[in-house]
Amino acid sequence: MEHKTLAELSKALQNKEISSVELTQFYLDRINKFDEKLNSFITVCDEHALNMAKAADARIQSGNFTALTGIPVAQKDIFCTQGIKTSCGSKMLDNFIAPYESTVTHKFNEAGAVMIGKTNMDEFAMGSSNENSYYGAVQNPWKNNTVPGGSSGGSASAVAARLAAAATGTDTGGSIRQPAALCGITGLKPTYGRVSRYGMIAFASSLDQGGPMTQTAEDAAMVLNVMAGHDVKDSTCINKDVPDYTSNLNDSIKGLRIGVPEEYIAGDIEADVAKCIEETIKTLRSMGAEIKTVKMPHTKVGLSAYYIIAPAEASSNLARYDGVRYGYRCNDPKNLEDMYTRTRSEGFGDEVKRRIMTGTYALSAGYYDAYYLKAQQIRKLISEDYKQAFKDVDVILTPTSPSTTFEIGAVKDPISMYLTDVFTIPANLAGLPGISFPCGMANNLPVGVQLVGNYFEEAKLLNVAHQYQQETNWHTMLPEGYSA
Amino acid sequence: MSWEPVIGLEIHVQLKTESKIFSGAATKFGAEPNTQACAVDLALPGVLPVFNETANRMAIKFGLAIGAEIAERSVFARKNYFYPDLPKGYQISQYELPIVEKGLINVAMPDGTTKPIRITRAHLEEDAGKSVHDVFPGQTGVDLNRAGTPLLEVVTEPDFRSAEEASVFLKTLRGLIRYLEISDGNMQEGSMRCDVNVSVRRRGAEKYGTRAEVKNVNSFRFVEKAIEYEIERQILIIEDGGEIAQETRLFDPSRNETRSMRSKEEATDYRYFPCPDLLPVETTKELIEEVKATIPELPWEKQARFEADYGLNTYNASLLAQSKSSAKYFEDVIEISKAPAKLVANWMGDELAAALNKENLSIAECPISAERFAGLIARIADNTISGKIAKTVFEAMWNEANSTADDIIEKQGLKQITDPAQIKAVVEDIITQNPKQVQQYKGGNERLFGFFVGQTMKATQGKANPQQVNAVLKELLG
Repeated sequence: MEHKTLAELSKALQNKEISSVELTQFYLDRINKFDEKLNSFITVCDEHALNMAKAADARIQSGNFTALTGIPVAQKDIFCTQGIKTSCGSKMLDNFIAPYESTVTHKFNEAGAVMIGKTNMDEFAMGSSNENSYYGAVQNPWKNNTVPGGSSGGSASAVAARLAAAATGTDTGGSIRQPAALCGITGLKPTYGRVSRYGMIAFASSLDQGGPMTQTAEDAAMVLNVMAGHDVKDSTCINKDVPDYTSNLNDSIKGLRIGVPEEYIAGDIEADVAKCIEETIKTLRSMGAEIKTVKMPHTKVGLSAYYIIAPAEASSNLARYDGVRYGYRCNDPKNLEDMYTRTRSEGFGDEVKRRIMTGTYALSAGYYDAYYLKAQQIRKLISEDYKQAFKDVDVILTPTSPSTTFEIGAVKDPISMYLTDVFTIPANLAGLPGISFPCGMANNLPVGVQLVGNYFEEAKLLNVAHQYQQETNWHTMLPEGYSA
Repeated sequence: MSWEPVIGLEIHVQLKTESKIFSGAATKFGAEPNTQACAVDLALPGVLPVFNETANRMAIKFGLAIGAEIAERSVFARKNYFYPDLPKGYQISQYELPIVEKGLINVAMPDGTTKPIRITRAHLEEDAGKSVHDVFPGQTGVDLNRAGTPLLEVVTEPDFRSAEEASVFLKTLRGLIRYLEISDGNMQEGSMRCDVNVSVRRRGAEKYGTRAEVKNVNSFRFVEKAIEYEIERQILIIEDGGEIAQETRLFDPSRNETRSMRSKEEATDYRYFPCPDLLPVETTKELIEEVKATIPELPWEKQARFEADYGLNTYNASLLAQSKSSAKYFEDVIEISKAPAKLVANWMGDELAAALNKENLSIAECPISAERFAGLIARIADNTISGKIAKTVFEAMWNEANSTADDIIEKQGLKQITDPAQIKAVVEDIITQNPKQVQQYKGGNERLFGFFVGQTMKATQGKANPQQVNAVLKELLG
């Protein structure tokens, strides 16, 4: 069963070859067996999930089902779920139970999906290794004591180890795509505004976007069908028809123009990763795609701009965690200032505090123009780079991450850690959709390739990835020890 | 040495929308604490603001009424600071690109002059909650009912030169926002709140002095008191050789004085930046036209019409035009009574205004309807009763619901005596009864004329027509 994709499981459920309760129990057993080591879940919803599975079975019996009815899905612990803890990986929200449902999880509920649990993540989605979680680091199932990437590391690890049929992630600077790459799965960050952010705990509002993390592109298309769509509760969510993302998966990619930025080719990429990317380009070319070199002159400063804009927004977004209304509050505050200071000093981890301080600094009087405003200008230039590039090509290809996974604790310097997002960040700054899918192995570790498409061209990205997955087997590989 | 005060105002006007500016929660005043605060108002994790377009329409309405520029594109920013009643840790407020800029309000002053006040800008923002310090011993409570209530912050240029100008302006502004039906304009309930910027300079000087900002002055009277206190305080300091500190001060109504709250150095760096959760607000020409069509005759337009049509002076006309209900009352009474407008204006300005003030009622709550009041005015106009007797009738009408002036005049026999023969008979009696006074009067003591008038009126219980009494007395006394 662990070799089955979501698409296959969906068929099996609808053909009543298996019940949702059985399937849910199967994943719960696997979580029980493997997750003590992986630590990919913060909350496992045993009973709740089985109840949902029963309801899903009833829906399937009655014929009132969707493609995701009965499918066990893991939700990143950043999506608020009514009555079930939503921690955002932070001590600050260890006791937080939302009295409302995020739009994304609501849509899964409506579709009849089974929420099997809430996945581990870097605290407030700040990190690229999932080492910044109050609930401890997550392991990558591909190698002992390595990171799954971040911040959606729990979701990536859970899908890679087949502890859920699919998972959700959120991506502010690469938090879906980078862990997808490091764990050998498929992850899609949609166009900014395609998926509602309501109830998705904010890190950097102008960059955050939820998306699917799955075994295959086809699975991602099915999950995105559920997640995407307008929401009146999110003013930045765009009112635009949602296509059926599965409908053009089988289109040929003959004549597809793929751009490869010359700036990326010259970048600091591990040799083994670079080799996989070259192979991938060859494969795509052999499938009929046309490879072109494109210029993206401003992407090299994207990382710097990102590390101004994201912390600036975060410093403001995280101001609400003040101990006044909910969440962690320090013991015996002496006065208001003491309450603020100790609540936030004790409730937030180091990386979160680092970014709050960076962001506060960047927005301060006298520095705003030099940092925040400048970063916004760079952001415009990067969007302009893409606009120019998309005149000549349909999608832009780069590695997802410059390296494969690394050992827990190996990257100590924050700047080095930030550099792992160098390829993923530009798409966030421009608000463009990006997908990462497995494209090879380097020293028995998965390598991911990234495609960035034009606004709302998720279907094209999924189409290319799906076609690639028809030609290759990288997406079907299961880490050793995780077969039944 | 002569000093000139320079004053500017910042007025927070609570907009009367059904729901809050960024959430669907209700905005009613006086509900149980935290019963009108939803997840968005509480700033729970993951919630997002959605702009209430009605607030934008109200701001546009205000902008159009004061001849201001309406921005095609306005932007909400975040003003970041920590306070327990500020749930998000930032206030969403229009900063660099407000919806309304560059307006003008002409204020009719009691001395008959007109004072133009320039409006720098009016921007939309959300209100904070309230900290409650007197309910839990040793702790502060937070009530978030008010959090997210839409505010229009109206900022004036430093165009005021006296406390009176500021206070008359505020009344004019309140009249306007009530006309436009965008706010209750109730200072006691906090639906209109005022911060005052005051500085002084030597008369004739071009440069402004250093200003102090006085926060939250919550009545017209307090605004005057706070300004007067500040002017005096600042003059004393400068005349003593000191310097005015740029600071924020708080008005203490129990002592009628202002106190330092924080200095410029202690001022918070609000770290404004555009709110990424909200799109820029695009205001189309169509929307502006649509809103324009909903603007009623404005107070100053009414005032001008009252001056032109009824011959009232500017200040009286402005008082009557200040609220829609008083203007309507005024015009209804004229129409029903067919009496001269000045008579109506005088009676509304004196007797009626005094009675309303005494019981702290607005004209809308007046126990005498326009129709009944017109009945009284008509009897004055047609000489059925004298002005003096009318006061008695008015009092009776005030105390007796649904009574008409005619009933009271009839019942109490207050009808004016206008029969010349009857008046002459009374006057003859008075002359006969007071030979000594007649002699003195004829001897040149003309002041005694009043004595005869008084005696006549007394004899007729004040009902004799005073003009006729005068005429008859003059005739008989020679």
